[in-house]
Amino acid sequence: MRQLHLSTASEAPKLDAQMVAMATPYAECGMDLNFTPDEQRFRADVRAFIDANLPTAIRDKVLNGKRLSKDDFLTWHKILYRQGWVAANWPVEFGGTGWTAVQQHIFSEEAADAGAPGLMPFGLVMVAPVIMAFGNRAQQEYFLPRILSGEDWWCQGYSEPGSGSDLASLKTRAERVGDKYIVNGQKTWTTLGQYADWIFCLVRTSVDARKQEGISFLLIDMKTPGIQVRPIIMLDGEHEVNEVWFDNVEVPVQNLVGEENKGWTYAKFLLGHERTGIAEVGRSKRRLKRLKDIAARQCGTDGRPLIEDLRFRDRIAQVEIELMALEITNLRVIAAEMEKKAPGPEASLLKIRGSEIQQTLSELLMLALGSDALPYQEAALDAGYDGPLAGPDYAAPLAGQYFNTRKTTIYGGSNEIQKNIISKMILGF
Amino acid sequence: MDFTFTEEQHQFQDSLQRFVRKDYDFERRRAIIASDAGWSREVWQQLAEMGVMALALPEAYDGFGGGGFDTLLVMEALGRGMVVEPYLATVVLGAGVLIDAGSAAQRQAVLPAVAAGERLLALAHDEPGQRYASSTIATTAQAVDGGYRIDGQKSVVLHGAEADQLIVSARTAGDVRDAQGISLFLVDATAPGVERFGYPTQDGLRAASIRFNNVRVGADALIGTEHEALAVIEKALDRGIAALCAEAVGNMTATIEATVGYLKTRKQFGVPIGTFQALQHRAVDMYLHAEQARSMAYLAAAKLEAPSGERRQAVSAAKVLVSQSAHFVGQQAVQLHGGIGVTDELAVSHYFKRLTMISMLFGDADFHLDRFGQHLAA
Repeated sequence: MRQLHLSTASEAPKLDAQMVAMATPYAECGMDLNFTPDEQRFRADVRAFIDANLPTAIRDKVLNGKRLSKDDFLTWHKILYRQGWVAANWPVEFGGTGWTAVQQHIFSEEAADAGAPGLMPFGLVMVAPVIMAFGNRAQQEYFLPRILSGEDWWCQGYSEPGSGSDLASLKTRAERVGDKYIVNGQKTWTTLGQYADWIFCLVRTSVDARKQEGISFLLIDMKTPGIQVRPIIMLDGEHEVNEVWFDNVEVPVQNLVGEENKGWTYAKFLLGHERTGIAEVGRSKRRLKRLKDIAARQCGTDGRPLIEDLRFRDRIAQVEIELMALEITNLRVIAAEMEKKAPGPEASLLKIRGSEIQQTLSELLMLALGSDALPYQEAALDAGYDGPLAGPDYAAPLAGQYFNTRKTTIYGGSNEIQKNIISKMILGF
Repeated sequence: MDFTFTEEQHQFQDSLQRFVRKDYDFERRRAIIASDAGWSREVWQQLAEMGVMALALPEAYDGFGGGGFDTLLVMEALGRGMVVEPYLATVVLGAGVLIDAGSAAQRQAVLPAVAAGERLLALAHDEPGQRYASSTIATTAQAVDGGYRIDGQKSVVLHGAEADQLIVSARTAGDVRDAQGISLFLVDATAPGVERFGYPTQDGLRAASIRFNNVRVGADALIGTEHEALAVIEKALDRGIAALCAEAVGNMTATIEATVGYLKTRKQFGVPIGTFQALQHRAVDMYLHAEQARSMAYLAAAKLEAPSGERRQAVSAAKVLVSQSAHFVGQQAVQLHGGIGVTDELAVSHYFKRLTMISMLFGDADFHLDRFGQHLAA
């Protein structure tokens, strides 16, 4: 390509092909939506490893929407741990992969496509970066290896019955008595807390200051006397979340992360830390495939496959296009991350659109079933169920997944809260 | 994977944006669209001197050999200022056809003049009642006397009355709706038998109805292979769509800036209206649409040289999302401005009108949703 020359000094800048050649040939690099050969090789390596190592029984459960046990999650976690791939987002010094943001993206895309179960984020993605950034040496040395190996299962103690969107109003108290904190209160929406060994909690250590300034970040052993976990059954009939009650729970002061009353800062750090996984692009791509597959097998009203019904086809096409846009936006954010650009409103954008697309897909998957969506056969959600089925074998989980997926626009900061965040950035109000 | 523009691309876009901001403000634009010609030869010359026309043309014809992303940068910058000069018609569509299918002689005769800002082109393809079906061509080109005789009617030819040369699609064989049998011709706009009726469009740009009555051209007027022009036309239209997507992104950026500025300064009930959550969330929705549209404009630009099936998919997907976003952003910008938004006085209504027309050019969202969705049935 001929070189292009710019004079920025003049008022009406000109490109002058006759000017002396500039050092860098024009457009030698820049804007390329394709992955590099190195990135493609990396993808091939990841795919080959997952192919060879993901247990078939687990993959089949994921692809068919069957229940996953604690063991299933841990089995996959440990397989990746042995390969050194479990902590995609960690730096090498703590035993992470040291992967670039692009590599992390490729890994999660491949894992989702292959039907690998998601890795539990509570330890790897949520508490670990806080411990790395704000914990002391002893905390790092104790907790991080146990998170890596899967020895400790973590859960999150943020929300309370009276503190949802207004999280900083939380009331769970931690009173310093000697070298202990005495914790009293209640946390809620604790995902898979029934399996957890540890919980990271936001607790109130001061009531004098502004509400954000009296919060501390505590790590609590779930086996401590005084902790009670009570199940909350979700609208799909499943036990996914819990209440966690604290009754005079004694926590050694060594389990305070960072400084007392600085917990809100750490919590916000955590929220801004994980920007791209939140879009769930890989998972949605897998669900889209499933939708096309089911819509091709379901019968439309005129006897032709449902996918050829123009109204339904348009709805699939629309969500596919929105997912394409989300994927590229996600890649743009990853690219900005690689350039170490400060986070803008993108995390909120990805959360809003990503969650909406997950909901649309789950809704279309259910609608594709027609009246076969109605039967509630919870026993059929277990792998190996061989009793009678009320409908096609793929039908049993889909309505429940639709109901369950309503959570995505609520959790992690509701979409309305995300819009407040974006508004503050673009409007300043 | 690389989402960064080169330093040169950045500098180029900055320069062009500065030019648009300083020398093509809303009042200047208003004067230009109210003039008889409806466009400014002076602005066109300035753009040519900056290298805007040459940027995406091949090096062999006085261009800089740029690609889809260079066109994207130009269109985004032009979109910010709603520049009405015929870049899309002349460079993207007209020159694009010649780059893809023109003979060396045709390119040599036309492209350097385009690069220098001395030649305007228009693609005369749409016909009355055709809607978006690109193979519906009733205009005929009959082989006579070693050349062709063109007869027929073209409608909504972008900048057709201003163009020096027309690229005309005409049927050399087959029936009105056949994909085969369409050919393209390079025709002088002032040739005997060419009747042009120019008019302004809703967004202040210009277009024309053009009638061809017994227009005689030589065999050398044929562009590419006889009967085989549909693929060339579809690629040109896809280039046009990618360019429009980029223009829409520039337009939406400016529209949102204007709207956010208004929300911050307009007071009611004693406070800026931007403090009201209902309006904040609407502004955020506009931002979300514009960001997704930007992603799809990138995709369309990236896929222009891909195999035709892949290119079509990407371009149609982009046009669906950008058209939907254009409607949303335009409508809500007007709504958030309140009464002043539905007047001619502020730029916002003009941005809205241009966004609306962009959404309808070369296939609206429904048309492209259908085209995109065809892979599902296959």
